[in-house]
Amino acid sequence: MTATTPRTSGTTAASPLPRPIWRRHLIALAVLTVVLVPLPLVLPDAQQSVAVRVLVFAIMAIGWNVMSGFGGMFSFGHAAYFGLGAYVSVWLLVERGVSPWIGMLAGMVAAAAFALLIGFLSLRYRLKGAYFALATFAFAEMLRLIAVNSDLVNRAVGYNVPLRPGSSWAFIQFAPGSPNYFWIALALTSLALLVSILFLRSRTGRFTLAVRDDEQAAAAVGIPVMRTKLVSIALSAAITSVAGTFYVQYFFFVDPDVAFGSSVSIQAILPAVIGGVATIWGPVVGAAVLGPLNDITATLLRNPPAALDFLQGRAGLDVIVYAVLLILIVLLLPQGIYGAIRERVGRR
Amino acid sequence: MNPETTAHDAPADSGGVVPDEEVAGAPAGSRSAGRGSVWVRVGAAVLVVVLAVGLAYLRSGSGVVVSQAVVTGLLIGGVYGLIAMGLTLIFGVLDIVNFAHGAFLALALYITVSMVDRFGVHPLVALLVAVPVMFGLGAVVQRFLLAGSVGRGLENQLLITLGLSLLIDNGLLLFFGPNPRSVSLPGDQGVELFGAVATVSRILAFGVALVLAALLYLLLQRTRLGTAIRAVAASDSGAQLVGIDTRRIYMVTFAIGTACAGAAGVLVSPLVTIEPTTGELFNIIAFIVVVLGGMGNVLGALVGGLLIGLVEQLGALYLPGQSPLLSVFVVFVLVLFLRPQGLFGRRA
Repeated sequence: MTATTPRTSGTTAASPLPRPIWRRHLIALAVLTVVLVPLPLVLPDAQQSVAVRVLVFAIMAIGWNVMSGFGGMFSFGHAAYFGLGAYVSVWLLVERGVSPWIGMLAGMVAAAAFALLIGFLSLRYRLKGAYFALATFAFAEMLRLIAVNSDLVNRAVGYNVPLRPGSSWAFIQFAPGSPNYFWIALALTSLALLVSILFLRSRTGRFTLAVRDDEQAAAAVGIPVMRTKLVSIALSAAITSVAGTFYVQYFFFVDPDVAFGSSVSIQAILPAVIGGVATIWGPVVGAAVLGPLNDITATLLRNPPAALDFLQGRAGLDVIVYAVLLILIVLLLPQGIYGAIRERVGRR
Repeated sequence: MNPETTAHDAPADSGGVVPDEEVAGAPAGSRSAGRGSVWVRVGAAVLVVVLAVGLAYLRSGSGVVVSQAVVTGLLIGGVYGLIAMGLTLIFGVLDIVNFAHGAFLALALYITVSMVDRFGVHPLVALLVAVPVMFGLGAVVQRFLLAGSVGRGLENQLLITLGLSLLIDNGLLLFFGPNPRSVSLPGDQGVELFGAVATVSRILAFGVALVLAALLYLLLQRTRLGTAIRAVAASDSGAQLVGIDTRRIYMVTFAIGTACAGAAGVLVSPLVTIEPTTGELFNIIAFIVVVLGGMGNVLGALVGGLLIGLVEQLGALYLPGQSPLLSVFVVFVLVLFLRPQGLFGRRA
């Protein structure tokens, strides 16, 4: 192999944590969830959709973080799993009338299965670093191209979620602006966090960190390297697919670009990197930073200050801000916002 | 030794990679086999191309269609080769997976559009501006964004170049708007070429790309600078020992690489719809070409470019109704799994 072995960027979380730390994480999660519950009753409608977007970003990034942060396998193709979650559930809903909750489970299974296939092939052929990232990217793009050209899923047109007469918990459909959307997203995000905390605490989670930090040493002490990696890959895909299912139900629409486009993969990576790769709370912090950016820049461009007048009504500023933030964070705070804070606090 | 193996699994490999494995597998890895085995591989690649063309002829049943595909594929393939030479040079010398390569190309496209619209010049005149500008930009980017993270992990640099590509693409979107633009070459018409029709702009793009590729090759092989670049690629500490300023070489190499993307941007400007995201497609293709030719192998990139051009066109004949890119990705994944070091191995 000519591929150079990269050191993973997130070796900071490697030290085994003492037991009470887990309890602290779980308590923090419970408190945060409870505190956020009344949020939609306080926020105006427009801000509420921002809050939901933050949570969707967070779920995607929590998923990405399991495989690429804790597992150290850099994925540039999480759009594949997000898209499978979106398409499997919407296909079942539109063509078969199946509830999206069941669609969500089916999407998780499909995403995990696809991830196992890609993961197995990539690991079997010992792809690492850039090659691994490119392979994951290629598979996501292949799914997009197949979706664009197959009648089974309406080609490039995609799907609209059929509107129902009343609101329904079974079909995740409520009046526009209903706080239920937020509560569901919040519950899913908290579950995803809970799963990632429990995973990290589990035997397999410890194995995952060990394999990431030194594969040979891990193999030498009897850790089943391949199986450990595959578990984290499948779990990561399943979590990210949940975001896909919810996204379609919330926005009532999906097409191949929305589901499988490379920008989706980037959206799974950015919150984790900005918040802190391989930390439990990093993806959430990153999502909270990135989620509102879109809205802020849109407002800014609708009524630009005099100096920026020529930009009125133009698109693209939000991504420019993401991009600059991404570059700055990678250059100046490689452990991310949460990672940097944790280090600062931990030192005291 | 391999015609039988080639014949039965041919349809899947429109560009000819799988059977090549049979030939190259045996002597691979041994440096002493170097020269000779390269010729075996080139021979095998040619053989597979011939078979693929023959099969395409059987499938479509029309000579005109096939020769049109071959001519179109090779012509655009030359440009792919030029783009990929820049990318592979950057990888070979700096070990950077440059996700911003396509964005640099898009920038050159917009430089061309602006010059043609504003001054009414011939599109190729834009080479005189785009190449130096992109060279300068490349030097600045390397010096200020990437130089600090040399040896700091592959993901770091990947994320920085990813951020840069988002920044450039969306900067173009912000300033030029989303409306597609186009450039037309004066006196552009169809010309008969080997029983197929090719436009003057395509032939010109191919010809100029080959000339530039040859110049780049001569630069690397025959000049002091080129020798220094190759020395740094082989071993940077060794190069430092003999008095080469490696930091300067890194900067110059990255600048040459982006200049290649800039030149290619000007050349393809009459062939494509110019949008802020046009560069992404070329970025993907360039990556595939680079892996196919062997990361860091400049000549391999040129050959790989021609092959991918062919795969794209012939793939459209093999898989009618699917995107031509799909066959490119299929070939890519096969190369990644079966021959990650590329057809011609690594040799910067």
